[in-house]
Amino acid sequence: MMMDDLKLTALPEKEVPISHHRFEPYVDNGGTVLAVAGSNYCIVAGDTRMSDGGYGIQTRHYTKVFKLTDKCVIATSGMQADTIALRKRLDTQLRQYERDHGKSMSTPAIAQFLSNTLYHKRFFPFYTFNLVAGVDEDGIGCVWTYDAVGSHERVRFSSQGSGNQLIQPLLDNQVGKFNQQIVDGPRELSAEQALSLVKDAITSAGERDIYTGDFADIVTIDQKGVHFEKFDLKLD
Amino acid sequence: MMCEEAMIDRDDYAKRVRKERKNRIMIEINFDKISSSIDSNHEEDITRDLKYLSTTHFELPPNSKPGEFLDQVWDHPNAPKPIEMAHGTTTLAFVFNGGVIVAVDSKSTQGSYVASRTVKKVIEITPNLLGTMAGGAADCSFWERELGRRCRLYELRNKELISVAAASKILANIVYSYKGYGLSMGTMITGWDKTGPCLYYVDNDGTRLKGQRFSVGSGSTYAYGVLDSGYKPDLTDQEAQELGRRAVYHATHRDAMSGGFINVYHVKETGWVKISSDDCFKLYQKYYNVKPINDNNNNA
Repeated sequence: MMMDDLKLTALPEKEVPISHHRFEPYVDNGGTVLAVAGSNYCIVAGDTRMSDGGYGIQTRHYTKVFKLTDKCVIATSGMQADTIALRKRLDTQLRQYERDHGKSMSTPAIAQFLSNTLYHKRFFPFYTFNLVAGVDEDGIGCVWTYDAVGSHERVRFSSQGSGNQLIQPLLDNQVGKFNQQIVDGPRELSAEQALSLVKDAITSAGERDIYTGDFADIVTIDQKGVHFEKFDLKLD
Repeated sequence: MMCEEAMIDRDDYAKRVRKERKNRIMIEINFDKISSSIDSNHEEDITRDLKYLSTTHFELPPNSKPGEFLDQVWDHPNAPKPIEMAHGTTTLAFVFNGGVIVAVDSKSTQGSYVASRTVKKVIEITPNLLGTMAGGAADCSFWERELGRRCRLYELRNKELISVAAASKILANIVYSYKGYGLSMGTMITGWDKTGPCLYYVDNDGTRLKGQRFSVGSGSTYAYGVLDSGYKPDLTDQEAQELGRRAVYHATHRDAMSGGFINVYHVKETGWVKISSDDCFKLYQKYYNVKPINDNNNNA
């Protein structure tokens, strides 16, 4: 519909060499994101390395965590081009919602909305692995974790991306307190403990995953709003 | 988005829209004063883009059959790591004199990676209808949510609850219309309507079967073994719930793709009730009377 209006004719139709080339729509730019939620905070971390799909680094300053509302961020690893397309789509629709309703969309509603957005590309998926993190209307921290086509679940902590398999077991043990021989102390981490754990986790992933490194964006979300800070990772 | 919209007071909404329109006109006037060279089609373009985005549509891959597209993409030396979609595994449901029992595990795997141990594989479609999830997690949850919307609309239009036969047929017709697009779902739709307790099996080929006992997923063969050997129509409610739980438990024990927690639901004349949610490891200790070496295992 829109394509017709734009009349994109880069090549004469006959000479488009579609049949000779394989269509390669995806590249994995790597990167790791993780989030931990508590009863009144949510902490998100994402590294800022962007790889070229192989061993090359395209930039060391690509931020994977985006602010959607004052109470909600989306953290996306995977393909950068799909990420910005997805983010633009969400941003447009969220701004329209805000105009129509006179308030910004709640974090749980954004979570369902992202799922629908991803599923509407079920037959040509976005190569993105997402986390939605923030606080809900009552100020309670929340994290949603997704697959590429919109299957989602609300959790207390999660990670996505190339370092996922390094970080998730650590979070299971230290935040979820799963599989511990000795469990002591309070069940929930304080915001300070969570912040320090998240920094350790992303640093460790940077040590063992070649697609993770350079810098990390550490994002704290609570009722006061979204607060970004930079954190150094190894540059090698 | 639709739900949020519905909750807002209509008058209030109309007032706000009127105010918005007024503001928009004012902005336009200011624009003209600043510059007359602004493209007048610009706003139209944005409106059209927004309309396009808000209209429900599925984007299709170019130059390809939708069902084969993703396989072609990964079949390439430089292709990135394939998208692993979350998959569901052992689910079962059976009809007996006291209603329908639905029992499922809760493990979700992406290839050999355990994506989650706490998935809700019983989908609460309406207060009277339950669906189960096996195959693609996104396919099941998206389409059963859509089914819930359609069932609610049916209820509002006809002032009576939809029959299980009709609900399952809606789902079967939807997935049949996407035949060849690569959907993956094996689901059971259950409920209690005018005809009594009802159970249907619907899958992505468009198959729709009415039956007394079904089990779907990679652990289904193990579950069938236990279920068939213990089944009779006149089980008590408790016996039936335990049979469902035990059948899924034994499936999780033999099938590596199943596990986590076992959730049991009971569909009664008044609607469904959630009966239990048990950790597989706790059930192992119970069924085999084993005390584990590491007794502090704390998988809450």
